[in-house]
Amino acid sequence: MASIEFKKVTKSFGDSTVIEDLDLMIEDGKFTVLVGPSGCGKTTLLRMIAGLDPQTSGAVLIDGKDVSHTAPGQRGVALVFQNYAIYPTMSVRENIEFGLKNNKVSKEERKELVESISATVGLSDYLDRKPSTLSGGQRQRVALARAMVKKPAVFLMDEPLSNLDAKLRVHMRIELIELHKKLGSTFVYVTHDQVEAMSMADTIVLMNKGEIQQEASPDTIYREPNNLFTAQFVGVPPMNTAPLGKDGASFGFRPESAALTRSATDAWFQYKGVIMTREMLGSETIYHVKGDRYTFMIKCYEDLFAVDEPVYVGVPADKLFFFGADEKRIAKNAPGYQAYLDWLRRQVDE
Amino acid sequence: MHSKWRLIQSGTSYTLKGVVLLIFIFPFLWMIMTALKTFPETMVFPPRLLPAMPQWSNFVTAMQSGPFVTYTINSVIVTVSIIILQMVIMIPAAYAFAKYKFKGQPLLFALVLLAFMIPGQVTFIPVYLMLADWGIIHTLLPQILPFAANAFGIFLLRQYFMQVPTEIIESARLDNASEFKIMLKIMVPMSVPALATIGLFSFVSHWNDYFWPLVMTDSMNVRPLTIGIAMLRETEGISNWNIIMAGNVVLVLPILLAYLFSSKQIVKAFVYSGIK
Repeated sequence: MASIEFKKVTKSFGDSTVIEDLDLMIEDGKFTVLVGPSGCGKTTLLRMIAGLDPQTSGAVLIDGKDVSHTAPGQRGVALVFQNYAIYPTMSVRENIEFGLKNNKVSKEERKELVESISATVGLSDYLDRKPSTLSGGQRQRVALARAMVKKPAVFLMDEPLSNLDAKLRVHMRIELIELHKKLGSTFVYVTHDQVEAMSMADTIVLMNKGEIQQEASPDTIYREPNNLFTAQFVGVPPMNTAPLGKDGASFGFRPESAALTRSATDAWFQYKGVIMTREMLGSETIYHVKGDRYTFMIKCYEDLFAVDEPVYVGVPADKLFFFGADEKRIAKNAPGYQAYLDWLRRQVDE
Repeated sequence: MHSKWRLIQSGTSYTLKGVVLLIFIFPFLWMIMTALKTFPETMVFPPRLLPAMPQWSNFVTAMQSGPFVTYTINSVIVTVSIIILQMVIMIPAAYAFAKYKFKGQPLLFALVLLAFMIPGQVTFIPVYLMLADWGIIHTLLPQILPFAANAFGIFLLRQYFMQVPTEIIESARLDNASEFKIMLKIMVPMSVPALATIGLFSFVSHWNDYFWPLVMTDSMNVRPLTIGIAMLRETEGISNWNIIMAGNVVLVLPILLAYLFSSKQIVKAFVYSGIK
């Protein structure tokens, strides 16, 4: 078990700097998910922990020890790759054993470890098979077993579920959460899929353009986004945001915070529009409402409206978010908040 | 109508393939048949393909007309040593060119490519003088050392190595494997078809090499089979074709066997490397 710390870390590839002066503390034993759009630097961070692409400057600490000059194989970390990176010429057993052999683990101990781990991930019947004869899900398990068998202090995963089909992905998500509970080691998981991040993480580190946008629990990230980027990245569909028309500020609300009605109500923010599209997803329906000035996505748990129907979108005051010109969220107790709330109310009245 | 057109198509295809096959196979067939004829039979006009009675004794005559055991041993030592040396040098070189980034890499690789564009006929005099200077001209080394680095092999294997996903190598590094182990346990097993192809090409060209041993050797003890067979013409007289062909059959036999056993791997290697 180990914590991971980045201290003033900079990473450049040639002339382009991907990450600059980054500080981050990943807690011991937590399931931390690095999430962000592609090219945001999340995989770069992961590879720095593994030592595959060491940082250009600054220090990376694992368990309080500076590992900047430690080889990948000596860092006590295991990495599961997106394409699994299984050794194709070795059998499942040899794949799992390879790391142990290199670490000079005795033959009896190896046999015991391989057998117990393969039982855990359900590969016992496949130990003598070649990877090419396995399904995608089984290969995934080989990659996991290979990582687990070394008993690493830190588990790194680079989009390990993105090559699986949707059903298997949801299943593996639960297995990974259980695995983390059982092993209790530090998990660092990279994904671009915010649903994956929300469902598995103890802590989400949301990144964009090499900078950390917010580092918090899924709950906090969802309810109290730091800034406009976070608000627009998290949630399906993400938060509705629009310019406020004052000081360059914006306002926003979650799709499920609004109510659709056929006649006007006394909601704090009210907006009249027409339903452009309707996506019926089973338990919920997503309406795309378009008016003169704004377009909103609204999530309803009842399917009451039809396309082309004129509707009112109503949002209560306590569900509204405001973001300053610097895109940072304005807290409810901050001085400008009430003024913006009143401004938005007046807009509606006009 | 449709099926008729198909029939014509496949008929033409098979005919053309047959013609090509015949063109390639005829010299071999003629060689084998001549090796089994009596001397007068090789001279009859019009020529006949099949011998009246296979003359197996031709092989004995050919093998007894000189120190053929020495020749064969020499050929085996030279060819096997070359292949082993080439593998030892080629695998790390190809790995470095395929998976490492270092200063001067493009220039060094260009030099490798340049090396395999220069024919041996250009360099044999300076090489001979150098080896004579070293005093090893009466050994087998002059037939081995100049071929230790196989430029074409490095090129082909590099292309092959480049297709191995980098993540597999990184995985092995995380599994605490040394670079040497990565080469031996990961890269080599994944490149068996390419290595088999390079090995076979190397085997054929050095087993059959005539020019280089001819200029690099000056005594019977170090001459290979090719020179020995060529000398049959002198010992047996210029027209003793049945004996000469028997010698040639012995010479090409190992090559035919090698092809038979590795043809699948060769096709695989060429499909992978895109040289088809």
